[in-house]
Amino acid sequence: MPDAKQETMNVKLKVKRYDPADSGGKTWWQEYEVDIHPDSTVLDSLIEVREQNDGTLAMRCACRASICGSCGMKVNGTAKLVCKTRVVDVAPNGEQLIIEPMGNQHVVKDLVISLDTFFSQIKRVEPFLQPDHVPAQGEYIASNSSMENLLTSMNCIMCGCCVSDCTVLEVDSNFIGPAALAKAWRFTEDPRDGKRDERLKTLNDEDGGMWDCTRCMKCVDVCPKGVAPMDRIMELREAAIEAGNTNTSGYRHTESFYNSVKKNGRLDETRLAIDSAGWTNLPRLLDLAPIGIAAMRKGKLPPLMPHKSEDNQKVKDLYKSVEDES
Amino acid sequence: MKYAFYPGCVARGGAPELYDSALAVMERLGIEHVELTKAACTGAGVLQEKNLKMGDILNVRTFAMAEQMGLPIMVLCSTCQGVMSQANHRVKKDPEYLAEVNKHLAAEGLEYKGTTSVKHLLWALIEDIGLEKLKETFTRELTGMNMAPFYGCYMVRPTDALEFKANPTRETSLEDLIEAVGGTVTDFAGKTACCGFPILFINQANSMKMVANHTGTAKDLGADAMVTPCPLCHLNLDGYQPKARKQVRGDKADLPVIHVPQLIGLAMGMSEKALGLQKHIVSTKEIVRKAEALPTRV
Repeated sequence: MPDAKQETMNVKLKVKRYDPADSGGKTWWQEYEVDIHPDSTVLDSLIEVREQNDGTLAMRCACRASICGSCGMKVNGTAKLVCKTRVVDVAPNGEQLIIEPMGNQHVVKDLVISLDTFFSQIKRVEPFLQPDHVPAQGEYIASNSSMENLLTSMNCIMCGCCVSDCTVLEVDSNFIGPAALAKAWRFTEDPRDGKRDERLKTLNDEDGGMWDCTRCMKCVDVCPKGVAPMDRIMELREAAIEAGNTNTSGYRHTESFYNSVKKNGRLDETRLAIDSAGWTNLPRLLDLAPIGIAAMRKGKLPPLMPHKSEDNQKVKDLYKSVEDES
Repeated sequence: MKYAFYPGCVARGGAPELYDSALAVMERLGIEHVELTKAACTGAGVLQEKNLKMGDILNVRTFAMAEQMGLPIMVLCSTCQGVMSQANHRVKKDPEYLAEVNKHLAAEGLEYKGTTSVKHLLWALIEDIGLEKLKETFTRELTGMNMAPFYGCYMVRPTDALEFKANPTRETSLEDLIEAVGGTVTDFAGKTACCGFPILFINQANSMKMVANHTGTAKDLGADAMVTPCPLCHLNLDGYQPKARKQVRGDKADLPVIHVPQLIGLAMGMSEKALGLQKHIVSTKEIVRKAEALPTRV
């Protein structure tokens, strides 16, 4: 920890650079060192670099108070709003900080990314109210509690940190992404919106929709505003199931899991694989066969008759008491 | 040390070598255990998608069983750890919710007071046994063996439920263990990413890309094997590696993915069979050969 009385603190930075104009598309690393006030944020140190050391370093920032969402970038591999990130918290012993542009989005120059990816995802969910009727007179009054419920998602400042670190977007650019799904949830939960069922059906059916999330929690971890996009995605799934969307592998997977534990107290892995594929989906079932055979040859195929937890009637009783309640 | 032992569905199902190797290592360390044979599955976060409260009730029931025995819970699976930690976190911070959950457990004569801790074998070795004491049980140093860590999402996020602040060693537990056995850490960005298992049956193409990227990258960086505390990651990274590598990278599966107790067992001088290393889909022969070629001490 730097001495509180000390007037300056030495900050070491290693920044990933990219200039489309003169480097022929190549990236390179550049190291900087600045002496600044010990209370400084990572953004303060980057601004110091730009103003004192290297005017060519491109970055984006505005409010410096974690509300405009402009300064998202990777610090030591994780997306952060650098205006909200104090140097002492990420480099308590004066370690060098690795600064990179956000991931999963097109880099324009150095630390500046294009917002096109982010907003094309957001546009896919039609992020505006679509009421099916207008009140005969006056305003549409929504209850306090219904609006409070939306606060988590409405806190989104569209910084793109969740999109940057999403592990699905890393392998599939067609995934609609955590920010857009959290935004979609906001409209499905708004009592004034008239398109709830259509929205849920679209996000349930489309490639890259709600079921492609892996539940890795990266977005929950990196979101600087507590939106917890993955939790919103889980609520979308629950709502989609309740609204009768039962045509996905994701639904069958969840349903099979729920019932397997109900029946056995434990997971029946073989049944889960077959249920998720769908009992009548021959190509998918045939696809499972080689894996099953390979596992069997190594003596590790899950038992065909599932393991049950001892006295599993107790688990069945519990399910009943919970299901009866709702 | 004594634990209420919760091996999890996969150690008792698709990855039996994890169960066997964990018991072998625990016996060598003198760790006592009582298996929670009546406990239900944690729900793995999947059951929670349909009914979060049902999931919490099943987990709190397990906590209450261990509490009655006066023992902390030991798990072998990142996913069990994460899902249980999250459930524990939710009921501990909300006494009203805990009371509601307890109502359902009353019929079985159980009531959870909120005192059970849940620890993965990996954390227990570092926090309760200590790496120095663990090292005393080793008969060889795995010098020159390059190991890529792969945590599994639920062992690293969310950090508040996993109590990383109060237990700072958790953040680097796997790297610390690899170094303790004398190995070299092959560090790579994917170590805290998703293995693809949760979407294996939902979007297999994406799942295969994840498997190929992680195992291929670690191999390219010189890893001899990957070590994971999560049997679900193991199922995907090992079981589907041949398909994924062929489909995505056009190469062959060449990176064994071993369980935490198997790594420790190799340092303890245990045999391939005792650790179930012959049960892997991707051959572990090369790492067994390397380990056995290293000098042993008595």
